[in-house]
Amino acid sequence: MSESKGEVVIRCEDLHRFLGEGEGRVHVLRGVTFEAKRGNVYAIVGPSGCGKSTLLYQLGLLDQPDGGKIWLDGELMSNSSDLARTAARNKHLGFVFQFHFLMLEFTALENVMMPLRKAGKMSQAEMEDRARGLLESVGLGDKTHRLGTQLSGGEQQRVAIARALANEPSVILADEPTGNLDQRNSNLVFDLLTKIARENDQAVVLVTHNPEIAKRCDFIRPMRDGEFVQSD
Amino acid sequence: MSPNFLIALRFLTAKKRAMLMSLSCIVLGVGLFVITQATTSGFEKFFIRTILGTNGAVRIADKIQDTMGAMFANPDESSMVFQRDQRKYIEGIDEPDLLIKALRPFANVAAVSQVVTGSVTAESAFKEEVVKLYGIELDDHIAVSDLEHQIIRGDIAAYRVSPLGIMIGSVMAERLRVDPGDSITLKTREQNRRYTIMAIYETGVADIDKERIYTHLGEARSLLKKTTGASFLQVGLIEPNRAPADAFLMEETLAHSATSWQEREKTWLEVFRALRISSAITVSVFTLIAGLAMFNTLAMIVMEKTKDIAILRSMGYTQDDVLQIFLWQAGIVLFIGTILGCLLGLSGTYVISNVPVRITGIFATDTFIVAWSGWHYISAVLTATIMVMLASIVPARRAARLEPGDVIRGTAQ
Repeated sequence: MSESKGEVVIRCEDLHRFLGEGEGRVHVLRGVTFEAKRGNVYAIVGPSGCGKSTLLYQLGLLDQPDGGKIWLDGELMSNSSDLARTAARNKHLGFVFQFHFLMLEFTALENVMMPLRKAGKMSQAEMEDRARGLLESVGLGDKTHRLGTQLSGGEQQRVAIARALANEPSVILADEPTGNLDQRNSNLVFDLLTKIARENDQAVVLVTHNPEIAKRCDFIRPMRDGEFVQSD
Repeated sequence: MSPNFLIALRFLTAKKRAMLMSLSCIVLGVGLFVITQATTSGFEKFFIRTILGTNGAVRIADKIQDTMGAMFANPDESSMVFQRDQRKYIEGIDEPDLLIKALRPFANVAAVSQVVTGSVTAESAFKEEVVKLYGIELDDHIAVSDLEHQIIRGDIAAYRVSPLGIMIGSVMAERLRVDPGDSITLKTREQNRRYTIMAIYETGVADIDKERIYTHLGEARSLLKKTTGASFLQVGLIEPNRAPADAFLMEETLAHSATSWQEREKTWLEVFRALRISSAITVSVFTLIAGLAMFNTLAMIVMEKTKDIAILRSMGYTQDDVLQIFLWQAGIVLFIGTILGCLLGLSGTYVISNVPVRITGIFATDTFIVAWSGWHYISAVLTATIMVMLASIVPARRAARLEPGDVIRGTAQ
């Protein structure tokens, strides 16, 4: 099944997800419906364990739903093959995680080039130019050849943002991108993420505990016990 | 450079010590495999060369006479049918010249030497020994043996022109305490004759060197009173490895027993084969350890790199990419290990081939004998490749099957 392309770039409908086995099995997502449009920033907020990160991983095709449907750029992706979901992640999605997840044996430049290498659409020089440009846009133009271990937490998160933007994805999914940073770096990272996404007409869906950050988003979607409790 | 290869290279640097351990085991495994194969097959080849150079590729000896095991009478006719089920061997060859002529059509036959043998007593000034006299036509025998090159003292040319000259083995010369130019007496029941030692040979085969005396065929016939016939024919072949098939054909067509060198030396050849296999198995333990070390190292890397694997998967790297990244790591270590291992094998084989060691008994050598064969290297590399790659598949598959969502969820929460 496929839907026509439009402003909505990612959508899920009646999404269910259970985690755990046997008696410990928990119904984490209870029929969640959500959509994100280009150029908008969405904040999913709620207490720990309410299912917001699980929803983000479902939207990011990192996990298979137990029920419901997910469309990415108009294409039904729920229950698609691992290969199709992997290809969609490379083409349409960019991820920013709380713990940066930089590959520490690689330089900042090489980290940003990683998704570009996989896409295989550019020459080595083009990839380097693009990665360097992205690192400059996040203020790390002079630290391109530093290893992950030689960067501060804030710098690592900025490299992660540059990496998430490398393949010009339609959607950027961020799981508590500022959760591990001080106030100054939190603001810096958030501003960068939203500025670049808006400039490139990308949707940003971020999970956050930080009410200040949530307030600065275009939409806030609070979650409780695996469901959205109110809608903007 | 493919991204998977690049990532594999960088991951390797994360576990340098563990990888060096795996690398060392591969290097040792491959190197020692090559060295042991080179030495065991070197001695085996040298042994084969020695026996071909002494007793020849095929020996034709006793005459075969079929016996009637059963007899069936045809009631309608007066003819009879004989069944061959047993053979009787009559010692010696009555018509050696005819047999030599009959051997000419055999394409693989290079040369034939007729030999007359018999036991005599050799007496020197110091000692008496019961020995075996071999009467040969020198040129014929040189064509089927390495006798010419086995002379260690004296002169084969002097022997050629000396009707009462003999050549004796080095062990016998030592026992009788004689040198070239000395005389010894050869005694039979009927007569005693004095001969001059013109040359001393050494085959390295103790049984030959202590009991075999070569003299001219005519002289042997006269001393042993064997005026006609021959004790056996020694046959040299162009391709000695075909000896069993040729011997079988010779026996069938010439009605004389024909024994190939493989049949004669079956016991020793089996010993060498067993040695080669057992040393290969022993040394393969190193490559087995290399495989286990690689398994251990990759399993550790998988555990330590789960986040990296998850982030790679989130960026669009497939399960196959992850599998490749880990197999590349094993492949890189294997490649470097086998190259270094082959170099170790090459240099080790060279060094060992120059180690002075005096061996006599079944052959004579002053240094370790080695065989240079590409197959030793191919076998070593294949063994290492199979063991290391098999050991790498399990952790590599485990890495590929990691669900990125599970990993990230576990870390984030």
